[in-house]
Amino acid sequence: MHLTHMVWLAVALPVAGFLVNGALALWRPQAKTAVSVVGAGVLLAAFVVALGVFAGLSNDPSQAPVIVRLWSWLPVGRLKVDFAFQVDQLAAVMLLIVTGVSSLIHLFSIGYMREDPGYARYFSYLNLFVVFMLVLVLGSNFPVLFIGWEGVGLCSYLLIGFWFSDKVNADAGKKAFIMNRIGDFGFLVATFFIWRAFGNLDFAYVSEHAATTLAPGGAVVTAITLFLFLGCTGKSAQIPLYTWLPDAMAGPTPVSALIHAATMVTAGVYLVARTNVLFAMAPVSSAVVAGIGAVTALFAATIGLRQYDIKKVLAYSTVSQLGYMFLGAGTGAYASGIFHLATHAFFKALLFLGSGNVIHAMHQAYHATHSHEDAQDMRNMGGLRQYTPVTFWLMLIATLAIAGIPPFAGFFSKDEILAAAFARGADAPVYYVFYGMGVLAALLTAFYMARLMAMTFFGENRTGERERAHLHEAPWIMTGPLVVLGVLSVIGGAINLPPFIGGHAALEHWLEPVLEPGLRFSHLAMPTGSAEYVLVGAAVAIGVIGLWLGFRVTLGRSIPVARAAPPDRGFARVLSRKYYVDELYDALVVRPLVWLSRVVLWRGVDQRVVDGAAVNGAAVVSRLAGGGLRLLQTGQVGVYVVLFLVGAVWILRAVMR
Amino acid sequence: MPENTFLGPSLALSAILFSLGVAGVLLRRNAIVLFMCVELMLNAVNLAFIALAQFHGAGGQIMVLFVMTVAAAEAAVGLAIILAIFRHTQSVDLQNINLLRG
Repeated sequence: MHLTHMVWLAVALPVAGFLVNGALALWRPQAKTAVSVVGAGVLLAAFVVALGVFAGLSNDPSQAPVIVRLWSWLPVGRLKVDFAFQVDQLAAVMLLIVTGVSSLIHLFSIGYMREDPGYARYFSYLNLFVVFMLVLVLGSNFPVLFIGWEGVGLCSYLLIGFWFSDKVNADAGKKAFIMNRIGDFGFLVATFFIWRAFGNLDFAYVSEHAATTLAPGGAVVTAITLFLFLGCTGKSAQIPLYTWLPDAMAGPTPVSALIHAATMVTAGVYLVARTNVLFAMAPVSSAVVAGIGAVTALFAATIGLRQYDIKKVLAYSTVSQLGYMFLGAGTGAYASGIFHLATHAFFKALLFLGSGNVIHAMHQAYHATHSHEDAQDMRNMGGLRQYTPVTFWLMLIATLAIAGIPPFAGFFSKDEILAAAFARGADAPVYYVFYGMGVLAALLTAFYMARLMAMTFFGENRTGERERAHLHEAPWIMTGPLVVLGVLSVIGGAINLPPFIGGHAALEHWLEPVLEPGLRFSHLAMPTGSAEYVLVGAAVAIGVIGLWLGFRVTLGRSIPVARAAPPDRGFARVLSRKYYVDELYDALVVRPLVWLSRVVLWRGVDQRVVDGAAVNGAAVVSRLAGGGLRLLQTGQVGVYVVLFLVGAVWILRAVMR
Repeated sequence: MPENTFLGPSLALSAILFSLGVAGVLLRRNAIVLFMCVELMLNAVNLAFIALAQFHGAGGQIMVLFVMTVAAAEAAVGLAIILAIFRHTQSVDLQNINLLRG
């Protein structure tokens, strides 16, 4: 099959899955076998197609992007936007990650969501999400990418609020949607700026003509990139718009793994890599990207130290790891950012699905004894190693990967980002600060992951005497996908092995055609020789120290169960309350807005002006006028005749004159 | 075109008849009388059409035929309405008929 056909087929397959599962959700919600076969089947087929696309692209010696024009979408005056897909090296990598990880998570969901009454609805949403994610990574211009960008936000909203009968979950969905809207505003403004500057919105055109159209470091390119990055902070949960992601854990755990760890939240990193030439031309924006990334990585990691909900720890860890990706992208090491995106997709999806298995076991145990304890609180876990051994070993692999222990996947990608930040410090010393923050965040990452593992799998079991008998490992349909992710978490680093251990940076070379325009503006001299070994050694040492400290501190004292736990005090309290950022936003933004809406807009403008003056005023005026004119209608024919005559004479006079 | 000595008197008669009709409509209360006054006004106009027709071609005469036709139809409908009103109220005095008062 030709490459162009495979591209639209990759999107059409999940579209078909969404339509079939949507129809089943409406008319045959109990047909769970059909839903599972369709939902996971289309994704596996799409993954096979993605492999074909990848093979086709790697056999193409020209390395030119393949553009697939489906139809002309917005032909308005000089603005001509096609609904078109573009497959290049970057899109192919994203295509593989999205379809691959989605396939595994769809399989996992078959087991995890089996008992849920909304099974068919869940799979139709999940299929729809993949559709929009593929549109996002395959779109050949800004508006088509924006369709995917908005669509994944919609699906995220639908899936966070999947159990919408609980108000907390519905509120979490709303929060995610509104925070993302703020970012989307930035994306749109950036698109307008690009249209104004280039008169064209195609990625290929923009990256080819950026050097001749815009002044490097100028105000226009800086504004464009900063607004684009505002969009990224919303979608990829960076400071200041990150607070929706931890709340998004209200959704089903596989959703957290797919949307809020592996794919959607990485869209911002993808966007920066996609528009790399613009960011490379704006050093100020790049520094902002790297700075926000570094600060977010450190900030979120500190919050993760003191969370008790197993998914919340992973959520803050995701925010923190996304910060790393932006640190890489802002440093100019776009390939390293994408590399970390890929490895993070493997190990973080594994961690979330593993936590799903843990929650599944805990939930079953509490369900069997009709207990109402929190199945996600790590203080109620402990010693699960002997009850869920497969999950334990797989999560241990992922922990080593995220902590940056060689030879696991996360070590290579994180190390590359830190090395790039260090190298950039030679030109701009502020990057040394970012490097330092990244190293500190790496220490904290290892610490909180060790704490998570220790509280969940080690020590005494705290689930309860009667519940303990009901703790079981998840079925094979749930552990199977985890094994695949586990293998990827071990060997994932192989896609971009650095030269110093005999690799040849395969991913970096693969992405070169896409990243070349940006690299022309900001060449990065990576450290070599002894400097490189020192950096790598330091990174490994930090990971090991963090893990050791985490296990030692957590296992060194007894942990009370959630019900009996004393409240945190001092700085620990500040951390467990997430630096009071939610409270701060509530006081600074939400409350004034609610006050403005209620007092000024509702009681003032709506009730007084619109309802009072305009609507009721019009009624009063017409009633008074009608009351006066009513007196003319006497019902006496004579009066009508007189008036008629007067009128006739008056008209005659006017005509005669 | 022959000199028409009847034009002035004809128009004068038409004006007198029309004014009588208007006065009748304004002053009388009996629906039948009022109706007859309307007919008087129509026929006054007819007379004026005929008198002027010789200066302006056959249009005036054709218009007279239309007016007579419509007047006949109007008389039929109007008398029927008056009859229906009389059956209902046992009176044709317009002073008593003011159902449309606002």
